[in-house]
Parts: sequence; C-alpha cells; structure tokens
Amino acid sequence: MIWLNVVIQGVLLGGFYALFACGLSLMFGVLKVINLAHGDMAVVAAYVAVFLTPHLHIPEVWSFLVVVPLFGLIGYVVQRTLIQKSIDRDPFTTLLVTFGLSVVIENILLEAYTANGQTVNIGALITKSWHPTSIIYISYVSLAVLAAAVIVLALLQLFLSYTGTGRLIRAVADDREAAQLSGANYRHIFGVAAAIAFATVALAGIAFGMMTQFAPTSGGVNLLFAFEAVVIGGIGSLWGTLVGGVALGVAQQFGAHLNPQYQVLAGNLLFLLVLAVRPQGLFGKKTALS
Amino acid sequence: MSDTQSPALDQNGVIRVRRSTHSPIYTLVGASILIVLLSVAPWIVPAEFATTLMNFFILVIMATMWNLLAGYAGMVSIGQQAFVGLGAYATLYFALKGMNPFVTIPFAALACGVIAYPVTLLLFRLRGGYFSIATWVVADTAMLIIGTIAVLGGGTGRLMPGLQNLSPSETAHFSYLATWVVALVVVVGTYVLLRSRLGLVLSAIRDNEVAARSAGANVRAARRTVFILAAAGCGAAGAVLAISQPFIQPSNEFNMQWAAEMLFVSMIGGLGTIEGPIIGSIIFFVLQQTLQQEGVWYLVIFGTFAVAVALWQPRGLWGAFRDRFHSELLPVGHWVEGPKGKKRTRTGKS
Repeated sequence: MIWLNVVIQGVLLGGFYALFACGLSLMFGVLKVINLAHGDMAVVAAYVAVFLTPHLHIPEVWSFLVVVPLFGLIGYVVQRTLIQKSIDRDPFTTLLVTFGLSVVIENILLEAYTANGQTVNIGALITKSWHPTSIIYISYVSLAVLAAAVIVLALLQLFLSYTGTGRLIRAVADDREAAQLSGANYRHIFGVAAAIAFATVALAGIAFGMMTQFAPTSGGVNLLFAFEAVVIGGIGSLWGTLVGGVALGVAQQFGAHLNPQYQVLAGNLLFLLVLAVRPQGLFGKKTALS
Repeated sequence: MSDTQSPALDQNGVIRVRRSTHSPIYTLVGASILIVLLSVAPWIVPAEFATTLMNFFILVIMATMWNLLAGYAGMVSIGQQAFVGLGAYATLYFALKGMNPFVTIPFAALACGVIAYPVTLLLFRLRGGYFSIATWVVADTAMLIIGTIAVLGGGTGRLMPGLQNLSPSETAHFSYLATWVVALVVVVGTYVLLRSRLGLVLSAIRDNEVAARSAGANVRAARRTVFILAAAGCGAAGAVLAISQPFIQPSNEFNMQWAAEMLFVSMIGGLGTIEGPIIGSIIFFVLQQTLQQEGVWYLVIFGTFAVAVALWQPRGLWGAFRDRFHSELLPVGHWVEGPKGKKRTRTGKS
C-alpha cells in the first residue's frame, strides 16, 4: 500500500512535469529551438501572479486567467524579435542567447524580490486532500494540475490536428521551406507556436507556485525535469511527454521514498538509463539523435 | 610548419603564405615579459590584487576550455561545472589520502579526463540543444552523487587537508603560482593543439562541419578528444579552485555560475579565437570589480552584453578587432598575401 501511494504521488508529480514540458516540446518541434530560459519564464509568471495581479484585485488562485494570455503575447513578441533574430544566425546562437536570457532573468528577479521563497496563495485549498485509505492521500491541487496537464495536451493535440493554424504549424515543423513555398508566413507561425509555449509555461509556473515554494533560481531545476520528461517520453511526441513526465515523477518518488536525498538523483539516473538503452525515448522518432 | 612558408608561386613575389602578420619575435618578447611579471606578481602587488588575479586565471582556464568545446567543436556545454566540481573533489580525495594538494592537480585533471570518456558515450547520442541540457543533467547528477559521500563532507562540505602546515602567506603565494602555471599550461597547450593536425580538423569543423566531414575529417573522434581535454582542463581549474578556496562544498564547486561565466566570457571576447576568452575574462573582472557594491547587477549587465554580442557581433570583440586590423597575437591559421596592394585574406576564417 505504501508503494501504491508512492506511485500515485509520482503520477501526480508527473502531470506537473508534463505541463511544464509541453511548451519545451512544442518549441523544439516547430522552431527547432531549445529555449534554455523556459524554466525562468515559468518563474517570472509565478512572480507576476504573486506580486502584480493582486493590483488588479484578482485572487491569486485565478491569476492564471490574466497571466496566461499575457505570456502568450510576450511569447509572440519575444519570438518575433529576439529568438527570430538568433534563429536567422544559426541554432548555436539560439542556445547562447536563451542561456544569456536565463541568467539575466534569474539575477534581475534576485535583485527585485530577493532569494526568499514565495508561494501563490490559494488559501485553505492547499491543505485539502482526498484520503481513500489511511495511507493514500491525493492533494486536490496536485490533482488539478494533473488534470490541467491532460486538458492542455488534449487541446493542443486537437488544435494541431483540426484547425488551419494547427495544420500550418505542423507543416512548418515538418518542412519549413516547403511550407514557405506554399505561402505560409513561417515567422508568424513561429510566433504563434512560441505564444502557445509561453502560455503553457506560464500556467505551469503558477501551478508550481501553488504546489510548492519558488525562488528566482527555481527555473533551472524545473527546466531540467521538463527536459528529462521530454527525452524519456520521446522527442517530438506530445503524449510521450506525458508518459515521460509520469515515469520521471514515479522514479523521483521511489528515490525520495528510499531517502529524500535520492529524489532528484533517481530521476537523473532514469534519464541516463533511457539515454543509454533507448536514446529515442519511449515514443520518439530518431530525429533528435546525432 | 615553419613560420614563413613560400609556396611555388613565390618566384614573382605574387602569393605568400604566412602564419603571422608581424614578426613572431614581438609576440615572443611580449609574452616573456608578461610571464616574468605575472610569475613575481604575488611578491609585488597587494595580496587582494593577487587573489583577484588568481580568480581571473581560473576563469581564463575555464573559458579557454569552453571556447575549445563551443568555439571550435560546436558543442555548447552548459554542464562544464561537472568537471570543475569533480576536479575539486578529486583533489580533496587525494589530499585526504595524504597527498600534497599541489601535487594532486595533474592527477585531478587526469581523473576528470578519464571520467569524461564514458560521459561522451552517453552525451554524443544527443545533438544541439538536447546535448546542452544533457550536459547539465550530468553536472547535476555528479553533484548529487558527491553530496551523498560522507567521507567527502556530504552536502555540507569539508576543509581541504594538507594546507594547514603552511603559513598564510606561503599558502597564498603557492596557490597563486599553481593557478598561474595551470593557466599558462592550458593556454599554451591550447595554442599548440590548435596548430596541430587536430587543430586543423577543429578549424574545419568550426567553419563548415559538412565540408569537413566530406573532406575526410573524423568529426566524432575530434569532438570526443576535445570533450575529454576540456574536461581535464576544467578539472585542473577545479583543483586550483579547491586549493585557493579550501572549504569544499558541492553547491560551490558544482555551481551553475561557472558555466554562465565561461560562456559569457568566451562569447564577448570572441568564440573560435584563443585571445577571445582571455580578453573576455579581463572585461568580466573589470566589470565585476567596478560593480562590486551593486550585488549581482554585474551578471545582469554582462549577460545582456553577451546576448547583444551573440546577436550583432557573433565573432566577439577580438574577432571584430582581428577582421578590422588583420592582426593576431597567437596566430593559428595562415595569411595568404596576394600581389602588392591586394587585400590579405586569412585561411580558416570563421
């Protein structure tokens, strides 16, 4: 029964990782860009939810209604300016630029809001949970985050499959030149994909702030987990990302159950193991491999 | 490879191929004076300045190694702090076994090179950005594993033994000299490496990987060699870091900030040049010392500067200088000189 609880906690945690990772996956799939500032964008969203949305007299629980669209807009603008400019140079530059951004963002947050931990205040909801048995407990917040991850992934799948813009995104992702020849404005499509990625990462950042404390440097470690989820699940597969997130979450919970020190280590070891025996991931194609 | 080569077309003085645009004597004399001055520095400059110089050397070592990885072999590693940390801990381990910490430096470097080999087997399965983040996973994993080893101080850290029987000024002088010698070996070694056959392959990869491959260059083997050498160099940097700041802690030795600094410094100075990382390090330390009172703003300014350089001046400050004045301090390519008055072009231009 203890082990069942470990698995359940792992699945709940995995939902969060998948939510965090889907933007990363989308940015790579369409733009072929690894945004090394991905984790930091989530932390910025959480800071905005804690420090800026209260000025609008919106309870922090509902802050995502404002922050998520705002980040969509920011994503479009950042893509059309900074990221597009570095894509025009070469993929190498995008790594340098996004890593530079990541360090700059972290240190600005550090100067502005100190290194103290913050949380997105959701009142009494944080302590509420469901106890089917005496050992198993399911926190409502974690369950809501898992549900959000599944909903976001399903909406993304539907969007990519059935809408005109979604088809354009897939076309550009498959073959940019061919899509361009057929009249697609790939810069705009890139902007839309970045907008979706930033919106989902803002949601993930606020979810993170609800579940646990965050600080200016929280972005890095979350990027690491998101990345591990993507690789374990298989690069380029949206539902693979969910499975990868869950596998990572379960591995981490098993590690933590043995010794709290082993939580992150267990996840990293699973990642390295997947890299060693099945580098394309559980559901991936071999495109990201050298 | 002599410094002046005269190929067949030289009989009319039409085309000359040379290493250097100026007589190498000047570089040699200048370098010798600099080497003597920096070797006696701790006895003539204030102790505080010697400490700053020492940190400067450590950054030069790391940045030179990072430049070799990214600037020449095209591998953006954001996990080099793995080897800085492992080098520091290798020194600690050997010192705990009773070795003199100063003697352990080459062994720490060697240990990091040995560890790097199996790491390449895993990491080279990924490319581009995925390779980058995977290097970070490796660094994180190394830090977490070291943190569980009680004899090395676990997560809380441990003091480096073997330095306590020296007087404070002796410790300061010796660790300065050790750092300086390692920096000199790393920079000169990189220079020699880049003028070797492997250097030629690396320059070819830097300029055009596909063309290099089709010309028969073994890109993968060259990358592997560079990764191992860079790991050893960063390990040596970690070893001297552990000696100069002898309280060894996972969160300090494996700090992500090392990766950030080496990346920014190489970018600003100029990727794919030997002088670039050194110049970038000078700018970094001037900025850091000037903005010392302002918290971490120097990192914000430096990071913004680095992003701007990457976007608008991707060859960095030294690259821009070199293109403008056709001059290099440590030439690794060749200059092809046409008939008098014609423009000089440099081979292996990035």
